[in-house]
Amino acid sequence: MTVAAATAIAPRLRVKPRDAAGETEALLTLAAWCGQFTPNVALEFPDTVLLEVSASLTLFKGLEPVLHALRSGFKDMHYSAQIACAPTPLAASWLARVGAAHAVDQGISLESVLAGLPVALVDAHTQTHTQTQGDWLDAFEKMGISTIGALLAQPRAELTQRFGHALCERLDQALGRIADPRIWVVPPEQFAANLELPAEVSQAEALLFAARRLLLQLGGFLQARCCGVQRFSLRLAHRERTTEIQIGLVTPSRDAEHFTLLLRERLGATALPEPVRSMRLEAADIQPLPGGSQPLFAGFGTGTGGEKGDWQRLVERLRARLGGEQVGGLALAPEHRPERASLSVNSVSSGAGLGAKQLALRFGDRPLWLLPEPRPLPELGAAPQHEGPLALIAGPERIESGWWDEGGVKRDYFVARTQALSYVWIYRERQPAGRWYLHGLFA
Amino acid sequence: MLQTGRVWRGASVSAGGQAGLPSGFAALDEQLPGGGWPAGALTEILPAHEGIGELRLLGPALARLSAQGRTLAWIAPPYLPYAPALAAAGIALPRIVIVRTTHARDALWAAEQALRSNACGAVLCWLERPRYPDLRRLQVAAEGGDAAGFVFRKPVAVNESSPAPLRLSLATDAGGLAVHILKRRGGPLTRPVLIPALAAPFSSPYTQQHAQQRAQQQTRHALDRLSPAAAAARTVRLAHA
Repeated sequence: MTVAAATAIAPRLRVKPRDAAGETEALLTLAAWCGQFTPNVALEFPDTVLLEVSASLTLFKGLEPVLHALRSGFKDMHYSAQIACAPTPLAASWLARVGAAHAVDQGISLESVLAGLPVALVDAHTQTHTQTQGDWLDAFEKMGISTIGALLAQPRAELTQRFGHALCERLDQALGRIADPRIWVVPPEQFAANLELPAEVSQAEALLFAARRLLLQLGGFLQARCCGVQRFSLRLAHRERTTEIQIGLVTPSRDAEHFTLLLRERLGATALPEPVRSMRLEAADIQPLPGGSQPLFAGFGTGTGGEKGDWQRLVERLRARLGGEQVGGLALAPEHRPERASLSVNSVSSGAGLGAKQLALRFGDRPLWLLPEPRPLPELGAAPQHEGPLALIAGPERIESGWWDEGGVKRDYFVARTQALSYVWIYRERQPAGRWYLHGLFA
Repeated sequence: MLQTGRVWRGASVSAGGQAGLPSGFAALDEQLPGGGWPAGALTEILPAHEGIGELRLLGPALARLSAQGRTLAWIAPPYLPYAPALAAAGIALPRIVIVRTTHARDALWAAEQALRSNACGAVLCWLERPRYPDLRRLQVAAEGGDAAGFVFRKPVAVNESSPAPLRLSLATDAGGLAVHILKRRGGPLTRPVLIPALAAPFSSPYTQQHAQQRAQQQTRHALDRLSPAAAAARTVRLAHA
């Protein structure tokens, strides 16, 4: 049918050119995703994926759970798929192409199932038989053969004489009489998946809806390879520019739902300059991640005193929305200068402390709150003032350090008490006209 | 229902519900329902002014939580938490997560996430003028787990209504820190709880020694101002280099 005829029948038809490269990439990504069910995945271009699942049935406890997982996975990724099962790959491919949702058990004869299928299937492209014999179909029509059953009923010698060995080979492979070896797909080392959006999108929720498909594919790919990622990036293509969103994790993970949560927070906090036309998800830093130690749920317990959540997931979530620099931990540094002794570290580590006991014993008390910048105090009669006159309680503790870099300090520190009976940490510079500064509060 | 703490008699301190987190101060624990800071609930602390001892009040409980391996989340602290002081108080530094926010709603969101995730042992947040619905959300988030939530507010909020089941206001007294229990699951308390241990922040032997010497010196100065012995016995200086 020509485009003109089609548009005449359905005036609101939208015509797009066929993107063969995109279809191939999508098929490869799907094959990688299917790898989580079995390592034996084969392809039949342009649109068929074959999974050899007999070895995985014990793990998944039967065929039905595998089919259910496949159906729901494809539905979540917005692919419509026809799924069929058979003892041989060729028979399964034919059944799926026809759309028969058959699951052929061992008891039912394969011949009887295949008998009803149209004979045009025999001529279709396969991985091993790439040449279609165009005249086969004409000959079948002239012979009055319309189903495979009728074809199987013909005597073999005559079929071989008329059509060559290829036809009988195919029929035998479909029935399982001879072997049909396939080349299994090896999943790629890195993950990259594209998604063209049907219309320009500018809302974060709609973007998330589309990105979720890519994240599910990433999750399946990682599951198939028993790996996790610590970083992935989503590139949004606008008309002229690209925006890149990078998401980092504290520990490697392959949980697609958790990725979606993090992406939702980040998209909510990012302002997009223009509507988005297509997106690309890339993950290059793949690390092995054994399956056993991962928590099943991402730790957002809703029960009363229920499951202990993961603090790493919490930190990732906070960082995704507030920015990586806003969430951090604390560390001690072996420094006499007070403002350098407390470090704000970006990686919240679970390592051991830094000899806290020794540091605590050698010095005087330290305040729990430190001011980011020491605040100069006004003086009244050579006594520092902060909400009234300050009474010096303990001190001085002289700290002279840092002469080797520009941050040299020479200070006398005192613990002082305010009028309101709270304690502060102040210092005076050891200079001829040294001023008083407030450096910390004893909370 | 009395046992689970959902209903409590007005005359007595409720003992049911989740066991509280011991605060480390016996006088306070006696007056708190559950024998300590309530886990899975919000506690409001209203210090009379900053630096009165509100963090030292929580110190022993936070040290115990961090020793158990629970994470402590600090949301929007007004100043920098100082690592050496925290380490001296016994709080394990790798367990601390500090969240700095620029907007009040981000602080509220972060506190809610921290409480709801059930990944923290304690969540300390400093909120700017939170409203009743915001605090209610935090309380509901805290009830879903066993994290102890602490909200620090300004003293002007003493007379505002709040959904937090425990509200304390702190003031200084000559003998120590006076903790007024404004609201608790149980009968009201008219007298404040006095905690002498929080009178002064001296735990290091050096500071204590200095303080004593200074106090002695000041009395001596008042008596003999021009004595050369007094001039010679100046403050012992602790030199760092």
